[in-house]
Amino acid sequence: MTDFIGQNSSRTQEIQLQDSIASSERPKPPGALASTLTFATRALLRIKHVPEQMFDVTVFPIIFLLMFTYLFGGAIAGSTAEYLQFLLPGILVMTVSQITMYTGIDLNNDIRKGIFDRFRTLPIWLPSALVGALLVDVVRYSMASAIMIGLGFVLGFRPEGGVTGIFGAIMLILVFSFSFSWIWTAVGLVVRSEKSLMMISFMVLFPLTFVSNVFVDPRTLPSWLQSFVEVNPISILATAVRGAMHGTSTIEQVVWVLVVSVIMTAIFAPLTIYLYRNKK
Amino acid sequence: MKNVRDVREQQNTVGWAIEAKGLVKIYGKHRAVDGVDLAIRKGTVYGFLGPNGAGKTTTIRMLATLTKPDGGSARIFGHDLSKEGDAIRSRISMTGQYASIDEDLTGMENLVMMARLMGYKRKAAKVRAAELLMAFGLEEAAKRQVKNYSGGMRRRIDIAASIVVTPDLLFLDEPTTGLDPRSRNQVWDIIRALVNSGTTVLLTTQYLDEADQLADRIAVINHGKIIAEGTSSELKASVGSGTLNVQLVDAADHKMAVDLLEKKLSAPVHVSGDATLLSAQVDNSGLVAEALSDLSKEGIVISDFSFGRPSLDEVFLTLTGHTAGEESKPEEGTA
Repeated sequence: MTDFIGQNSSRTQEIQLQDSIASSERPKPPGALASTLTFATRALLRIKHVPEQMFDVTVFPIIFLLMFTYLFGGAIAGSTAEYLQFLLPGILVMTVSQITMYTGIDLNNDIRKGIFDRFRTLPIWLPSALVGALLVDVVRYSMASAIMIGLGFVLGFRPEGGVTGIFGAIMLILVFSFSFSWIWTAVGLVVRSEKSLMMISFMVLFPLTFVSNVFVDPRTLPSWLQSFVEVNPISILATAVRGAMHGTSTIEQVVWVLVVSVIMTAIFAPLTIYLYRNKK
Repeated sequence: MKNVRDVREQQNTVGWAIEAKGLVKIYGKHRAVDGVDLAIRKGTVYGFLGPNGAGKTTTIRMLATLTKPDGGSARIFGHDLSKEGDAIRSRISMTGQYASIDEDLTGMENLVMMARLMGYKRKAAKVRAAELLMAFGLEEAAKRQVKNYSGGMRRRIDIAASIVVTPDLLFLDEPTTGLDPRSRNQVWDIIRALVNSGTTVLLTTQYLDEADQLADRIAVINHGKIIAEGTSSELKASVGSGTLNVQLVDAADHKMAVDLLEKKLSAPVHVSGDATLLSAQVDNSGLVAEALSDLSKEGIVISDFSFGRPSLDEVFLTLTGHTAGEESKPEEGTA
């Protein structure tokens, strides 16, 4: 390897250094789309270099689906095949909602490592750093969904909504998860470490996903719990996804998911951007 | 021809890159930065010299639009810091204390990303990244993940990322902390090359020789305040005309020698851990010869002495009462 400077510095390399510094043009700052795509590319490259991070969208869904189908199937629905029809849409919702927090964790890491500061001194549309990462997360959510539904078919999942139903269900999940992710980016900007973010998200996600209609029909619950389950956004999404997959979807179900998504985005996206801009 | 050059030189040197008045940053009850005034000319290197926790980093974070000041005001190239953040961000670049690039990506990928974010088109970004890797002696490491780089290579890729588009003002936060001497020289050469092409550099350092080597002007910061400012020679001169160092042969002469020197020079004598090593600031160099002759009259034998203009180390010691790098943990001592 040639040393560009140092004790045996060659004149040409000094000139090269000087040239590379002086010759730089000054292009116009990138548009919002270009910078967003650049950040999305970064997220894709990170997946390429650190493929372990895909465990949460490949291995987890498989474990979850197998575990809950065979654990609860007989007890709750009498047979695993029958329970699967009820469970799969719900557990898909649960799995994808749980992996939304990884966006917050990545952001938190960026802050601690200092690259966040570099991005913030760039003349770019600031939210593109977040939107770009979230777009790639949508790819991750799609992967998790595809793996789960594929495995579901092998196990005997037979949705009546057909391809259109499944496609619609996935779209609902993606819209919801994109909106839900903003919560974790906001939290990720506030908490000090990755660990505390994990803890907070666990404390929120665990009750939210279990105290829902994902595993059981809420009619068997005490009434005070029932009313919580009914307003739980996870239940709202699970109901709509179930409806779409089994062809019993109503406009009301879909609209509720969209309303919840819009509310979450409207609160947490601006909050995230505000925190991002004003992080001390 | 001469006129053209004169005009260009004027454009380069006339005007301020940074003007700041009374910058304050408070964390809880701690005044991290406590009324900092700055005036930094375009095209110069300005050094912030101070120990850990003196407020150097906080000050440059405020100037780089990363932290909002709690008081005071500043203009960067005439743009108001509090109102024209975007205009400022398009002209500055910052290299933080810790490598601020994506360690999971390769050197090439990092630079291409930065070039894209600076507005280069896809192809031009690749060309620019390759050019920088070559100039910074990193072309062999282009396809390796940055987390596998050595400390010196990291620092270089970090600076390369900051100058994808040569900024008008570059903030360098402790650019050579933790580097071996060879890597440090490489970084110094890069900084000099940048200044040659017209970039204004504001760097923070704990190393006195670094400030001495690179900076046109130096501000010494301690406890959030600038306690001295000027060129390296001005700072040295402010301490007195020079320092007399005397090495005694016999430690038993210590007390008598100290008394004699203090009386003659009318200045306090600093004693380091070694009782035979004495030093004193001297205002009037004419007294040095007399003091030495007094010592010899009393039969105190000295093995060595030196008299010279004070080093920045001594400047720092005089100004703050402790050496650079010595703050809460005195045992880490001398710089």
